[in-house]
Amino acid sequence: MATAAIRCETIRVVFDNRTGKQTILDGLDLDVPMGQIVTLLGPSGCGKSTLLRVVAGLTQATEGTVTIEGKSVAQSQNKLAFVFQESALLPWRTVWQNVRLPWELRRGLGAGELQSRLESVLELVGFKPADWNKKPHQLSGGMKMRASIARALITQPDILLLDEPFAALDDMLRSKLNDLLLQIVEQTQTTMLFVTHNISEAIYLSHSIAVFSHGRIGERIEVDLPFPRTAAARSSPEFAAMYGRVSQSLARNASV
Amino acid sequence: MNKSALWIRIAAPIGVLVAVAILWHLAVDWFKLPAVLLPKPQRVLQAIWTERAKLLNGAWVTFQASALGLLASTLIGSLVAILFSQSSWIRTALYPYVIFLQTVPIVAIAPLLIVWSGAEFRTVVLVSCIISIFPIISNVTSGLLSIDQNHLDLFRLQGASRWKTLLKLRIPSAIGSLVQGLRISCGLSVIGAIVGELFVGNSGASDGLGALMNAMQANLKTAELIGAIIACTILGILLFLAVEALNRWVLRRWTIDTGFESDR
Repeated sequence: MATAAIRCETIRVVFDNRTGKQTILDGLDLDVPMGQIVTLLGPSGCGKSTLLRVVAGLTQATEGTVTIEGKSVAQSQNKLAFVFQESALLPWRTVWQNVRLPWELRRGLGAGELQSRLESVLELVGFKPADWNKKPHQLSGGMKMRASIARALITQPDILLLDEPFAALDDMLRSKLNDLLLQIVEQTQTTMLFVTHNISEAIYLSHSIAVFSHGRIGERIEVDLPFPRTAAARSSPEFAAMYGRVSQSLARNASV
Repeated sequence: MNKSALWIRIAAPIGVLVAVAILWHLAVDWFKLPAVLLPKPQRVLQAIWTERAKLLNGAWVTFQASALGLLASTLIGSLVAILFSQSSWIRTALYPYVIFLQTVPIVAIAPLLIVWSGAEFRTVVLVSCIISIFPIISNVTSGLLSIDQNHLDLFRLQGASRWKTLLKLRIPSAIGSLVQGLRISCGLSVIGAIVGELFVGNSGASDGLGALMNAMQANLKTAELIGAIIACTILGILLFLAVEALNRWVLRRWTIDTGFESDR
C-alpha cells in the first residue's frame, strides 16, 4: 500500500462533559493521498473540526492512530500547518511580523532565507508590499485570511489543515480565496485536508470529498472534474450533477 | 467631537463647581459657621495662594512617593502575575495572600510598617505600593490567562516553548489588562502615599501633603487643610490623566482586533 500523506485508522474520540460521555468520532478511517485536496463535509457539530485537531495533534484521540507520511503526529509536527476559522493574527503585530511568527517559534530554522521566503509567500497570497506593515485591524476580512494562509505556508509545510477558513466571508471573496488555494496547491504540491459545510466549495476545491456520518466517513466521493479548475467550472452540467450527488449523500448520511 | 460638545464637556463641570462654591458661601453666611469649622471658598483660595510654596512642595513629595509606589506595585505585581500564570498550583497556594493585601485595612498595618521600616520616605512608598498592588496582580493575571484558544493552538503547533509563549503571546496579550489595572491603581497609590505620610508625618521625615495636613489640622488651619485636600485631588486627577494618555498610546500601538471589516 502506498504511503498516504495522512492516514487515520479507527479513530475514536470521546469527550467527558456534564451530561456524561459524548462520542464525537467513532472508529473513523481516512486516507489522504499526497498532493491532493480532500474535503471533510458534514453538518455543524458532526466532528469534522475534531478530526482536524486530532490530525494536528491538538486533541488526543481516545483510540486509534494517525500517521503523517508514515510517522506519528509528534514526529511530524514540522510538516503540518493549520489555518483556523478565524484568522488568529496577533493584533499587535504587522502582517510581516505575523507571517514571520512560526519562523520565530520553531527551533532550528536559520534566518538565512527568511527575508526572501517572506516576500515570496506574501506575493503568492496576493499581498502588495504597501500592505506588509499594516496591523490586522487595518485589513479587510479577506486580507486577514490571506495573511493567515501566508503564515501557514512560511515553513513550507507538506500538509495544510484548514478548518472552515472562509466561513465568515461573503461568496465573492470565498470564491477568490478558493482560486488562491488551488493556485497554491498547483505551485507547492501541498496536501490539504479541508473542512467545510459548503457543498459548492467542497466540489470546486477537492480531488475527493469525505462525507461524515455519525462520527465516521459515510461515503467517499471522488470529484472527477478536470484540473486546473476555473470559475466557469462552477456553471458546468458536470458540476451541477456532482452537486446533486454530494447533496444526496449528505442527506442520506445525516439521516442514517 | 464637535466644538459645541467640547464646550459642554468643559463648561458643565465648571458650572457645577461654581454652583457648589456659591451654595457653600451662602451656607456659611446662613448658618453663621465659624471659619475654623468651614471657611468661605474665597478664604480657601486665599489660603492656597498664601501657602502655595508649601502645597506645591508637598504635592511634589507626595507625587514622588505615589509614582514610586505605583512603579513598584506595577513591577512586583506584574512579576507575581507572571508567576501565577505559570502554574495553577502556585495560584491556588498564593492567591489568598494576595486577597489579604486587598482586604487588610492599610491604616491598621501602617504603624507596623513604620516599626519595621522606620519613619522614612521609603515607608510611604511601601504603603503606596501595598495599597495599589492588588488591581495590578488581579488584572495582569487575568490578561495572561485569558488568551485566545486559536492563538494558544498556533503556538502549540509550532512547538513554542513555555518561555516563548510567555514572551511572544501571554505578555503582549496582557498589556491592555495591565493598563486597566493601572487606571485603578494610580488613584490608590495617591491614597496610599497620603495615608503613609499621615503616619510618618509626625516624625518630620516627610513633608508631603499628608504630613502638611497633619500639621494644619493640629493648628486648626481649616482653610489650608481644605487647600491641601484640593491639592491631593488635583494630584490624583493628574496621575489618572497620565495613565489615560498611556492607555490611549497602548491602544494605538497594541491595536485590538475588532473583527472583520468590509472587503476593500
